[in-house]
Amino acid sequence: MNHFYLILTALAYALSLWLYVQFLSTGRKLTGRLGTILLALGLVTHYFALLERSRGSHTVPYHDLYGSMSLFGWLLALTYLGLELFHRQRSVGAFVLPFILVFFLAAHLAPADRLPPPAAHGIVFAFHVTLSILAYAAFALSFVLSLIFLGEERLLRRHKVGDVVWRLPPLELLEQMSRSSVLVGLISISIGTALGFVSVDRLPGQNSLFDPKYIITLLVLALYVLYFFLARTTAWRGARASKLCMFNFAIVVLSFTVVNFYFSHSHRYF
Amino acid sequence: MEIVLVGLNHRTAPVEVRERVSFTTEQAQRAADELRTRGILEETLVLSTCNRSEVYGVPPESSHESAPGLSSFLSEFHAVRLDVLNVSLYHHYDREAVRHLFRVSAGLDSMLLGEAEILGQVREAYRFAHEHGATGPVLNRLFQGALEVGKRVRSETELGTRPMSAASAGVKLAERIFGKLSERSALVVGAGTTSEQVLSQLRDRGMAHLHVMNRSRDRANDLAKQFGAKVAVWGEWEQALQSPDVVVSSVAAEEPVLRREIVERAMAARGNRALFLMDLGMPRNVDPGVGKLYNVYVYTMDDLTDIVQQNRNARESEIPRAENIVDEHVGKFLSWQASVELVGLVDALRIRIREERAAFIRSRVESMQHLAEADRAHVEKLMDEMLEKLLLEPAQRLRGEKQLRRKIQNAEALRDLFLSNREKP
Repeated sequence: MNHFYLILTALAYALSLWLYVQFLSTGRKLTGRLGTILLALGLVTHYFALLERSRGSHTVPYHDLYGSMSLFGWLLALTYLGLELFHRQRSVGAFVLPFILVFFLAAHLAPADRLPPPAAHGIVFAFHVTLSILAYAAFALSFVLSLIFLGEERLLRRHKVGDVVWRLPPLELLEQMSRSSVLVGLISISIGTALGFVSVDRLPGQNSLFDPKYIITLLVLALYVLYFFLARTTAWRGARASKLCMFNFAIVVLSFTVVNFYFSHSHRYF
Repeated sequence: MEIVLVGLNHRTAPVEVRERVSFTTEQAQRAADELRTRGILEETLVLSTCNRSEVYGVPPESSHESAPGLSSFLSEFHAVRLDVLNVSLYHHYDREAVRHLFRVSAGLDSMLLGEAEILGQVREAYRFAHEHGATGPVLNRLFQGALEVGKRVRSETELGTRPMSAASAGVKLAERIFGKLSERSALVVGAGTTSEQVLSQLRDRGMAHLHVMNRSRDRANDLAKQFGAKVAVWGEWEQALQSPDVVVSSVAAEEPVLRREIVERAMAARGNRALFLMDLGMPRNVDPGVGKLYNVYVYTMDDLTDIVQQNRNARESEIPRAENIVDEHVGKFLSWQASVELVGLVDALRIRIREERAAFIRSRVESMQHLAEADRAHVEKLMDEMLEKLLLEPAQRLRGEKQLRRKIQNAEALRDLFLSNREKP
């Protein structure tokens, strides 16, 4: 297998992370811009790395744990870049890039896949999986943003206004970014789940209608809808909403790991 | 093409002297006209702010020779005795004058290190002088460079990003919570000098809704009128605290005016929308328990003073980066200046060589009557070729090669060597 794209992607993400950290610590705009450019470059090479691997194994990227994790990292980077450009705010890049880099690298350290391939195939199923992973990536991003919100809020309340606080986004913007990210996640998971039911419908007798994955997915959906409304209009806005967002992501992780591996009949890495 | 600067600033002159030597725009124009008419300066730019009055110019002769005349002019223009003025005046020439202006533009020479207003003042002074034809190629280039330095220092360093007064620190902190303040509202409790400063800061941020509350309604009305704010009725806290995102309190009161239960009720009515309280009163106007309420951020004068001190240290640590930018642009300007001077020198040199050759031929070759006409023409041709090789060719290289011009550090020496003070470009 050609490692050209893998090395290029790892380098681009690592350099982008370094530049974002520099931007956060020095405030130099040029380093921030270069960080964004390298992230975009990493996204392109990461795409080609995924494409190359899919062609090599004659299957979709989410077929195994490696592909799922790598696709998750790619979608996380894509969602973050979109959010950065939409909100014109790049000081959180230093906090998001480690997650992208870790997922990209961890994919290569993942154990060899021994599970049978999923029963469902086709474009509807492909969209179901891709949109579900995109939703997880968007929720992961909202988790990071909520974490930054809580840290900054704590520093401001304790009057510990150091260098970093002046460069982080305002609290209200962090909340907006988190809500934008959750909105992307909600739309993706709603469509993805609907497409999942369509896929199941096409496989009569092969999937149980009482898969625990369905229940936890609907729970995740409900919790994020709750967050979305609480964060906007009620007494929960601010730190409480951010804590709820972080709790919701813990449920997502539970769904992604324990439920998939031990309880679900038809879900594996998505 | 030398540059002279004569001026005074907050470091060299007390406010009484600065007031007397300041220029209105009309005065600046009149001074520039008079300086040109009297032959003291060919190009002039007057930079006058509350902290400095400086005259930048290009004298027809040496910059050192023009400085006393410029000092006398300032003394006469502002009717201040020369001996009084001389104590406060500084004179800078060429490199030092360029460097001084670039440091001014960068905010490095300001009373408040890194302040942003000076760049606008330099831009305005240049625009005015340029429009009135007081500047020429040298000052145009110099001030365009100064504006570039100012912009670069502000975008590439953090010299001007940190607030340096308690009021501005408070406003910047509010921006850390709410982002842009233009769509936000504020309530200012008290109508003293501090309240005025804060209102000025908030208005500069384009804050949409400002309210003033004060025990004396008349004073509140005056202040509200000055800043386009509305007046809130003293003591009606529930109504007053419903809409503002920022509350600034600076009243003389023995007991806190904003008690915990008042703010608690207000927060419930506001649906816990974030509230930033700036307590600039002494003793404190806000009950310390208010800071424990959900989504309420309270900063006292002491907190803000600590932040200002941290920021001062942070700004000072940015000075070397700003100085590097200044030095880089001083080098660029001096290189441009040298190239312009050398091109002028080359032109003068070519004229001189042609004249010398013509005179030489007249006096020497034409007296050689034994030579045939064709031989004389041949000698003239040989002489032309030799001069071309010796001087005209290097002169053309000097005009054409940028690197060569950079190597020649002192155009004045070349001028003295070849032109012997007969002709100066």
